[in-house]
Amino acid sequence: MATQQSRTLARYMMAPAVILLLGWMLVPLTMTLFFSFKKYLPLRGDSLENGLEWVGFQNFVRFISSSAFWPSVSTTMIMVGGVLIITVVLGVFLAILLDQPLWGQGPLRILVIAPFFVMPTVTALVWKNMFLDPVNGLFAHLWKFFGLSPVEWLVDYSLGSIIMIVSWQWLPFATLILITAIQSLDSEQLEAAEMDGASAFHRFIHIVLPHLSRAITIVILIQTIFLLSIFAEIFVTTGGAFGTKTLTYLIFQRVIDSQNIGLGSAGGVYAIILANIVAIFLMRIVGKNLDR
Amino acid sequence: MGRIVLEQITKSFGSTQVIPPLDLTIEDGEFTVFVGPSGCGKSTLLRLIAGLEDVSSGRITIDGQDATELAPAKRGLAMVFQSYALYPHMTVRKNIAFPLRMAKMGPAEIEKRVNNAASVLNLTDYLDRRPGQLSGGQRQRVAIGRAIVREPSAFLFDEPLSNLDAALRVGMRLEISELHKRLTTTMIYVTHDQVEAMTMADKIVVLRAGHIEQVGSPLELYKNPRNKFVAGFIGSPKMNFLEGDEAKRHNAHSIGVRPEHIEVSDSKGDWTGVVGVSEHLGSDTFFHIHDTGLAETITVRAGGEVGFRHGDRVHLTPRSDVIHKFDAQGLRI
Repeated sequence: MATQQSRTLARYMMAPAVILLLGWMLVPLTMTLFFSFKKYLPLRGDSLENGLEWVGFQNFVRFISSSAFWPSVSTTMIMVGGVLIITVVLGVFLAILLDQPLWGQGPLRILVIAPFFVMPTVTALVWKNMFLDPVNGLFAHLWKFFGLSPVEWLVDYSLGSIIMIVSWQWLPFATLILITAIQSLDSEQLEAAEMDGASAFHRFIHIVLPHLSRAITIVILIQTIFLLSIFAEIFVTTGGAFGTKTLTYLIFQRVIDSQNIGLGSAGGVYAIILANIVAIFLMRIVGKNLDR
Repeated sequence: MGRIVLEQITKSFGSTQVIPPLDLTIEDGEFTVFVGPSGCGKSTLLRLIAGLEDVSSGRITIDGQDATELAPAKRGLAMVFQSYALYPHMTVRKNIAFPLRMAKMGPAEIEKRVNNAASVLNLTDYLDRRPGQLSGGQRQRVAIGRAIVREPSAFLFDEPLSNLDAALRVGMRLEISELHKRLTTTMIYVTHDQVEAMTMADKIVVLRAGHIEQVGSPLELYKNPRNKFVAGFIGSPKMNFLEGDEAKRHNAHSIGVRPEHIEVSDSKGDWTGVVGVSEHLGSDTFFHIHDTGLAETITVRAGGEVGFRHGDRVHLTPRSDVIHKFDAQGLRI
């Protein structure tokens, strides 16, 4: 981008993408804001053609004072946090294992990455019916084999089960990013640390983990974006029951089940605020790793 | 303090033997240089001593103690790597203190030793910087600092100067030599550069394909090379090798004459030839002489003032007392 000409050209070339992305984002955002200040109940005959009644902050007040709101926020946070911890810890572990020279490394790596290619809905269905089902599931058979009574996973440990399903799905992503990072670690650094008297544990703490910090930050940031909007896994398994109602799911219920678009839009605005609060905290905690 | 003895050491990677049975003794306080062309096993030998590779058979003794099975950290050796291998996320201070922290030393003692090492190596102003903010030579010093704080029984250097530019290399060469004079600790230094070997070593070990070709002081190797390989490797520019009638005249299969041992004149001499390329260094001039009928080119070192030009016909006279004779196997007669 050295000359004036190439800079102008670059602007023209990028314009379609920028305009498309802006439109994609701005139109829904404006519509959400617009609806959140309106009474919009389609089943009661409200429609855009007839004009919608302005209700001020009524939707916002109602959404936040609902008994389901705060539990949904905490469920969201627990779910996001749980999946992040599991995927990062296991991801680092798997990345180190897969970095070792071993027989069949190539196929093994592809197998590890495979869950990421399965669609969320399918993942949830597979887990629900093949593993967690208290009658036919694999776990039920395992429990029965040891003479135990099968666990009703999605009823008794519903939130944990969903965290497990989502972790299974996102673990390959974390592993993939971390394995590439671990491969770029200079082996002489590890040898130097070995000569310096660092045990395997200390080498991990003082050399490997700092080296991975940037990759871990990226994993956390990217995953958080996607994890805040988990939907299919909840819809397919518990349908939001047994304490698995996240903010996203609550909005879905307000709009589709209660047919209250205004109320759901207000929830959408809250979701944006929540995402930004999470983003600020994350950038405070881990963002400094990206500066180096 | 730092006597290292290798007995019948071998190393194989799979079915290929990199180091055939090898014996070597490195005396306490000696500056030993392993030198040889790339792939001759000199780095592998160093890594065997360091413990970063396991020997396939044989025994390593450090200070009379069997160290063959000992973990690298327990051998009391410190190593400086070619890439420096500094820890990028730690400051210089933390880098130097790392081996002491791992040895669970008290913070006061660590502080003292780090400051001491920093002043020895002129790093005091850079203690709070990270390796990424340092120049090549400074990084090299940090790597050396990390090695000296441990007060090891021997230092191992793995081509430590190969990443530096020429001017800096000469400077660091001096610094390492001075450090050795001051610490009088055993040092083992691996390089492929014979100039580094000649200038720094008390004892040079010339390696080829895992074999020790010759062990001796720099001048010993220069004056009495055991075979053609050592003769060609030590000394710059390279020794001239002549075969055929001229060698027969000296009752040898081939003879070697160093460029600095040939007189060049425009009037008379034993051999005649035509000047090809001449390299003027100011203090010296290297002439590459063609069409002598003896070898493809003969390199001659003359004074800086000698001014032959390309195409001039010149006469050469080797000094008869320093002609090296070799038999058909390349061994010295």
